[in-house]
Amino acid sequence: MATEKVQVVEKILDANDQVASQTQTLLTGSGVFSINIMASPGAGKTSVILKTIEKLSGKMRIGVIEGDTAPVTIDADKVMAMGMPAVQINTGGQCHLDAMMIDRALKHIDYKALDLIIVENVGNLICPAAFKIGTHANVVISSVPEGDDKPYKYTNIYRGIDVLLINKIDLLPYLDFRMDYFQQGVEILNPGLTTFKVSCKTEEGFDQWIHWLSQQVDEFKNRIHA
Amino acid sequence: MHELAVTESILQIAEKHAHQANASKVTDIFLVIGNLSSIVDDSVVFYWEMISKGTVCEDSVIHFNRLPATLYCLVCDHTFEIPGELIPCPNCGSYQLKIQSGEEFFLESIEIER
Ligand SMILES: Nc1nc2c(ncn2[C@@H]2O[C@H](COP(=O)(O)OP(=O)(O)OP(=O)(O)O)[C@@H](O)[C@H]2O)c(=O)[nH]1
Ligand SMILES: [Mg+2]
Ligand SMILES: [Zn+2]
Repeated sequence: MATEKVQVVEKILDANDQVASQTQTLLTGSGVFSINIMASPGAGKTSVILKTIEKLSGKMRIGVIEGDTAPVTIDADKVMAMGMPAVQINTGGQCHLDAMMIDRALKHIDYKALDLIIVENVGNLICPAAFKIGTHANVVISSVPEGDDKPYKYTNIYRGIDVLLINKIDLLPYLDFRMDYFQQGVEILNPGLTTFKVSCKTEEGFDQWIHWLSQQVDEFKNRIHA
Repeated sequence: MHELAVTESILQIAEKHAHQANASKVTDIFLVIGNLSSIVDDSVVFYWEMISKGTVCEDSVIHFNRLPATLYCLVCDHTFEIPGELIPCPNCGSYQLKIQSGEEFFLESIEIER
């Protein structure tokens, strides 16, 4: 039987991207700013989230969506212990969150009452980069013990993000992390990327990060009320 | 490993277009993937054989058109290919580079029988 070629030209993750863009429209319409935090396991995602909540408490209502590959609620429990709503997503072993999972998680959180939603993605430097989840800003946390060569090896995660936190800088004296080399790699992948060097332990650099984040939320609110 | 999710999306797209074209069978799938995409072809093929069973795409063959990842050197104007990892300009050693291509990730076409 003769075969026939059918032209398709469709982005492979288009279905996911479409759900992500619906989510963003929904959140924008509800006046909630949202960020997606991506990093390796143990880079300090939960630590940064908890410190951020602490610094912004009384100023903003924050909700957290926690992604984990296993049915553990350790990270979500820590957030709730601070009096903020949190939803746990168990990806069932999958290495990343996708747009559908966020869509479902939003049914379990009163997002309309919030100013900011923080999503903690699954700890992984490869897979989360490919899946948009609909947040207004994408954040990567790199921690210095991971080594200064990460941008050279895991190129995708640094592309298309809006801000980079370099965490655990309190450990720099004990490591041979070449900050220049690291940042030179990031510059190739994402020229001019907004970057904050922070420590959850000493709180160094946190004021700048909190200032940036507050400004993003304010500008977002001004935009949607304009 | 997000190849399963990616392969499921490929199946969804292929099935949709096969249906629109009144296909009785899909014989070939043509993907275009830049070398900066972190996808392992063999894993996609492995999942494809599993998940396409019983669908219009059963027994179809996936073809990978792999496009090079190219960087441009801002210092000496040299353009070069990288394997996936970032390397300095082989001509002048500079790291002042710009990504030109390698992030393509789409399903270009399918071949069908009616
Ligand atoms: N010294 C130091 N330790 C830190 C810092 N930030 C986080 N840590 C420690 O790093 C470890 C991992 O931190 P988490 O916040 O749980 O990291 P995570 O990225 O949420 O980890 P997963 O959710 O398991 O992927 C904990 O023991 C933290 O106390 C920092 O700035 N300095
Ligand atoms: Mg965590
Ligand atoms: Zn050069």
